[in-house]
This record gives sequence, C-alpha cells and structure tokens, in this order.
Amino acid sequence: MHRLIRMGQIEFRLLIALAAICVALSLATDTFLTLGNLTSLLNNNSVNLIWAVGLLVVLIAGGIDISFAVMSSVVQYVAAVWLLKMGGGNWFFGFVLCGLIGAGLGLVNAALIHGFRIISIVVTIATFNVFFGLLMFFTKGRSIYNLPDWWADRVILFEHQSADGNWSELTLPVAVMAACVFATWFLIRRTNLGRQLYAFGDNPEGARRAGVNLAVMQALAFGWCGFMAGMAALMQVNIVREVVPNALYGRELDVLAAVVLGGARLGGGKGTVLGCVLGVMFVAVTQNGLNLLGVSPFAFKMIIGAAILVAISTSNISLGQGRAGHREAAQ
Amino acid sequence: MTETGPSRYALRMKGIDIRFGGVQALSSVDFDVRAGEVHCLAGENGSGKSTLIKIVTGVYRPDNAALIELFENPVEAISPVQARARGVAVIWQDLALFPNMSVAENIAFDGLVGLRPRGVRYGDMKLRARAALERLGVTLDLDQPLENLAIAQRQIVAIARALIQDARLIFMDEPTASLTQSETDHLLNIVRKLSSDGVAVVFVSHRLAEVLEIAERVTVLRDGKLVGVYPTEGMTQARLGELMTGHILEYKVTARDMSAAPILFEARGLSVPGQFEGVDLTIRAGEVVGLVGLIGAGRTELAHAMMGMTGTAAGSMQLDGRPYRPRNIREAIAQGLAYVSEDRLQLGLLQKQSIEDNAAISVLDRLLGGLGLISPAKKTDLIMGWVSKLGIKIGLPADAISTLSGGNQQKVVLAKWLATEPKLLILDSPTVGVDVGARAGIFRIVRDLAERGLAILLISDEESEAIYNSDRVLHMARGRIAGAFDPRTTSPVDLEAAIHA
Repeated sequence: MHRLIRMGQIEFRLLIALAAICVALSLATDTFLTLGNLTSLLNNNSVNLIWAVGLLVVLIAGGIDISFAVMSSVVQYVAAVWLLKMGGGNWFFGFVLCGLIGAGLGLVNAALIHGFRIISIVVTIATFNVFFGLLMFFTKGRSIYNLPDWWADRVILFEHQSADGNWSELTLPVAVMAACVFATWFLIRRTNLGRQLYAFGDNPEGARRAGVNLAVMQALAFGWCGFMAGMAALMQVNIVREVVPNALYGRELDVLAAVVLGGARLGGGKGTVLGCVLGVMFVAVTQNGLNLLGVSPFAFKMIIGAAILVAISTSNISLGQGRAGHREAAQ
Repeated sequence: MTETGPSRYALRMKGIDIRFGGVQALSSVDFDVRAGEVHCLAGENGSGKSTLIKIVTGVYRPDNAALIELFENPVEAISPVQARARGVAVIWQDLALFPNMSVAENIAFDGLVGLRPRGVRYGDMKLRARAALERLGVTLDLDQPLENLAIAQRQIVAIARALIQDARLIFMDEPTASLTQSETDHLLNIVRKLSSDGVAVVFVSHRLAEVLEIAERVTVLRDGKLVGVYPTEGMTQARLGELMTGHILEYKVTARDMSAAPILFEARGLSVPGQFEGVDLTIRAGEVVGLVGLIGAGRTELAHAMMGMTGTAAGSMQLDGRPYRPRNIREAIAQGLAYVSEDRLQLGLLQKQSIEDNAAISVLDRLLGGLGLISPAKKTDLIMGWVSKLGIKIGLPADAISTLSGGNQQKVVLAKWLATEPKLLILDSPTVGVDVGARAGIFRIVRDLAERGLAILLISDEESEAIYNSDRVLHMARGRIAGAFDPRTTSPVDLEAAIHA
C-alpha cells in the first residue's frame, strides 16, 4: 500500500481505471481473459510501447517529437535495402543498423532544435514531412517483401496450446519491448543523466545555471527517441513481415495520446515509465475490448479522446485545490 | 570550521573593470567580504550589483582585475562550476529550482550535474538534504514536490542547496521581495545562523530597513562605480538612499488637510465573509489614503471588493454621491476606478508584449481608427504622451516590456490605468521590487495626480512609505479598520508599533 501511495496520482488513477476495464471486459466477454487474447495484446502493442518510452524521454526533457513514426519507416526501408545488399545480415547487424540509423535521425532533430533554437514541435513537424517525403520520393511507394528469413521469421519465446487447440505465444518484440522499457526506466530514474533530463524539462534556465549541458540533454532525449524508433522499426517488420513505406504514417498521434494519458506533460519535467506503460495498456485494452464487443472502431477514437480530456482536466482540478489549500496554510 | 577573525576574507576584489559594448558596467570597483560576515550590496537598478555577482560566480570575466581572491587564494579565471567548487553560491531571485522534483532532489541536485554517467542514490540524497536542513533548523517533507511549497520554503530549499555544496560565501539576490514580514524575519534569522556558522552572506535588497537590520557593512555602488563601504551602525535609511541615488531624497511628510474636499468614494459596513468585516472608508477627491497592515489583514481583498472582483460584498458603496455596486472589474473601470495590482510581473503586465501594447490594452476601444481597427498612430500618441508625462525611460515603444527596469515597468502599469481616466486609483504595494530612486519618482507622480484631483488609495507594506506619501493613513487588522493616523503627528516608528502590537 505504501508503494501505491508513493506512486503518482495519475498513475494510480490509471491503474484503477485499467483494472476496472479489465474486470468489466472479463465479465462481459468470454474471450478477453484468455491467454491467447492477452498474449496477442502484448505482441501487437510492443511496437507502440517501444515508441512510447522513446517519446516519454523527449517529453520529460520539455520537447515533443512528431516525427518518430515516419522515422521508423525510414529506418525500416534503409535497413532492408542495406541488409539485402549485404546479402542478408543477421539479428546482430539488424539491431546495430536500426539503432544507429534511428539514433542518427533523432540527432538530426536535436541538432536543428538546439542549433537554431527552434521549438521542437516545429522542427519535428518539418522533419516528419521531410523524412516521409524523401522516403516516398525515393521508394516511389514500393514495398519490400523479399526480406531475409531471420528478419521475417517469428521468434517464439513462449508458447502454449490450450485444451481447445488454440495456440498462445509471446514473440521477440515483447522481449525487446521489455528491454526498452527497462532501459528507459533505468536511464530516467537511476542515472544522473536522466535526472538532468528532468531538471532540463522542468526549468531549463535553472538547469543551465546549475551547469547542465543543454546540448547534450537535447541530443540524449531525441537520440534516445530515435534509437527507440529504430528498435520499433526492426520489430514492426518482424511482426508484419514486409516493409511498406507508408505503413506507420499517422501512428505518432496515437502513441502521443497514450503517453500523455500516462501523465507525461507537454512542457517537460513530468512523466514516469510506469505511467507511460499504463497509458499504452489502457489504450490497447480499450481498443481490444471494443473489438471483442463488436463496437465500431470510431467509438474507440472517441473514447480515447474523452479519456484524455477527463484525465487531464481532473488532474488539474486536484492540483488547483492543492494550491488553494496551500495558500491558506501560508498565511 | 574556519576561524572568523576580522583579518580573514571570504572575498577580495580590487580594480574590477568590465565593459559591455559601449557601456562601462563597472569601473575600478573594489569589493571585499569578510568570512562569516553579513554584507549588503546596495545600489539602484543598473548600478552594477548583478554584474559584480556574475563576475564572482564566473558568469562574466572582467576586462581588468588588479586582484581577485577567494578565501585568500588568488583566482585567475573562474568558471561557474569552479566557483561552486570553491564554495561560492548564488541564490537568484527566481531561485532556479525545479518545481516538479522532490525537495530532497532539489537540494542535492548539483551533485547530479555532469556528463559522466553514474547511478543515483536517492537514500543518500535524502540524508544529505536532511543534514543541510538541520543546519538551518528547518524540517520539510523531503519527498514532496517543490511546487507544493510556499515561496518562503522554496527559498530555504535554495539555501540548503547552497549549503550542501559547502558554500562559504552565499549571495542572495532580493531574497525578501516576495516574503511576508514573518517569513522575512525567519529568513533573517537563518542568515544570522549561517553567519555565526562562518558562512559569509552577501545580501542584495531594495528594502533598506532590512538591509540595515541584518548587515554589518554595506557596499554602495552607483553607475558602476564604488561609492564606498560603510558600517551599518549609525547608518540611516535616508543616508543610504542618498548614497545610492547621489541626491538627497525628500523623506518628508507631504500630508495635507483634505477634510474640506468633496467626498468621492464612501463605503459603509462593507463585508466579505472570511475576508473583512464592517469596513467604513471615505476617500475624498485629491486625497491620498494610505492603507497599512500585516499581510492577510484584508487590504488586498478590500481593494478587490471595490473593483467588483469579489462577487457579493455586503454593505454599501457610493461613488460621486451615487450608489456604486460593480458586478465585475469592467463595470468598476467604466465607472472610474483603476487598480494597480501588487503582482505586477504576473497580473499587471503581459511580459512578452511590447511597451505600447501593454499601455494601450485597457483603452483599446478608444484607439479605433476608421474601419474599427486599432490605429497605430493613436496608439503611439497615447504611449508617447504618457512616456513624457511620467518620465518613463524606454528604448522604443515596440520593445518588450521585460526590457524595462522594475520602476519603469511600474510606470507603464500606471500609464495603462491612467489612460482609462479614473477618478479613484488603487495602488497595491506599488514599490515592490522598485529601487529607491525610482520609488521617489513614482511617488512624485502620485502626488501630482492627487494635486489634480485624483483620489488615491495606497496599500503599502512599508510604514514609512505610507507615512511620507499619504494624507491620511488607515490601519487594517484582521479584516477591520483598526485605526486612523495623521502623518503629520505620527512617526513611522509609532505606526510600526501599532501594526505589530
């Protein structure tokens, strides 16, 4: 219980809401609470969560990144072409290549933001268009299907056949997701660099006066986000077994919505990995539940939108009360 | 700790010169601080105080320096990180803390700075933070986010943050500007404690009374030159003000007998539950009424009620002999009231907008041109008129308001309200963060306005300010008017005694 109280208010509320939805869905459908459904939820959302922790780091540092999803498309395409030219490659080359290209693209964002003192939303909207435009221009929209076997084959970490003959399994993307989540938690919670990111997002001028190297902080935040975009790119190909240049276009706003729902603040200095994970899970479970209940997919968008508004506005209410009470105490 | 004999110095500087472009910001300034001393650095805005602090802390490098010694070691070039490592800390006016981080992490943050990756030990951080707070004799919840703390507590966090790095020379830039009297007293006690611990504290403040109370010596700068170093014993506020401005300031009672003037505003039995009760208030045309009292006595709340900002006030108000009952601030302005709020930085001005836009915002409907759009010519006429009338020092009307000094910003706020042609002007702590010379300028304007028939309610935290600039002073305590004083027969000391009784 002590830990629950220490947990942020937003995370705690989200956990309650998520638990309530899970209970409701288990009662309303007989398909939700099955191993098969839960494992496929994890498999299908691993890419979103990898993006989400990358974006979280940028939000904590006071920035925003709109370009990460198309960045993943660029990484996929470049890596696929490169690996095919090399004669196939293997997982090791895949990880290194995707990680490096992703981080490199993220550093482009960081350099533009820091070098020209442009706010990050403007820079990343621009690079979003530039990356996507270049990709479509050079690929002419052609997809790649003849991927190396190692990349397209499913890597199964856990499998189980239930009594009725259905298979449930966990695949490599889930493990990579877990590693990315852990690495991000370690960075922002357990290292001095991560704490400087928080400080930078919270009060940039204060951080500068304390001697925090702001250029490095921007590079770390956007580089990390880019690296995660690289990981997401690699895993998404493993799931869908093809590289379609415009497949990821438009996914960024769903991820942003989930991260904001998880308590990260546009403006910096706030956000936790736990909240981020819960935010992505909340969105995923809601979508899954509505599917199982046979509700129109448009209702899903509506509900996520409403959930964000409720989450943000109620967190402001309690904040306001806290401040008002405080002022009285001060007098 | 170090021995604190008079011969030991925390800081010695001689012959400091620095230029910025064409401006000689400091010319051959000497400055020294003894170990464990409370020293005050006094001067008007632009006199070079901040520049001097920034040289000591390594933000600027002087063009010439005959000598810089920190703790009796010569210093060649110093960077901010080195300054900190040598035990110099600055507590900036904005504190430079991190609102979303915990108290413990704010105090221990500087230990996390640097690019060499290393782990964070939260338990260790809390221990060190607690030890620093113990040195100050304060307990705070170390886990709660800083944003839940009041300004005064945040200041203590900033001081603890300096102590945790073994600071032995702490600069405090306007530390009391946003504190109440009792919070200020607490802070001064902490400063005394630091001093007895061997930590030298350099205090920069516009509140001369407090400077004289706390400091042992005061260094006065004017226009980038050293005026002199004086012991505070035997120093008076008036003398210090003269040294800072270079001319003799009129600290004399300007009160007149206004009992024959027509009554402009009258309140009878005005009450807002929980804020103030049964307030009777009469203000005559051309009269300056001072309103003093402790923070929380209900002075600002009374002003808000007069401006229609508090929905339902019981009792009656009359303006110019007619019933006056504003439902909101727009109605109050339309009927001839104006209110200069105490929080100039946040409420009174739009910091990022230009000087002219700030001045024009309250009268936009009078600046319309032919097509119903705002006429730039009318706007410029308006602002330039007030600039010359009030003697505001500005660059261009299109410059951001944040480029002006506190005193000049306050004059722009005045201009903004005077442009609405009010009959009654409420000034709520108009001189917070404004230096001595500019204060005198503001009160000259207030006096002029009163001479021309404007009624003025002057809410002030400083007894002397109220006594010297009002025709009549009212004392408010616990939501009631507790007494009335005639400045011609009351000294600031008497008034202070009455307020703190």
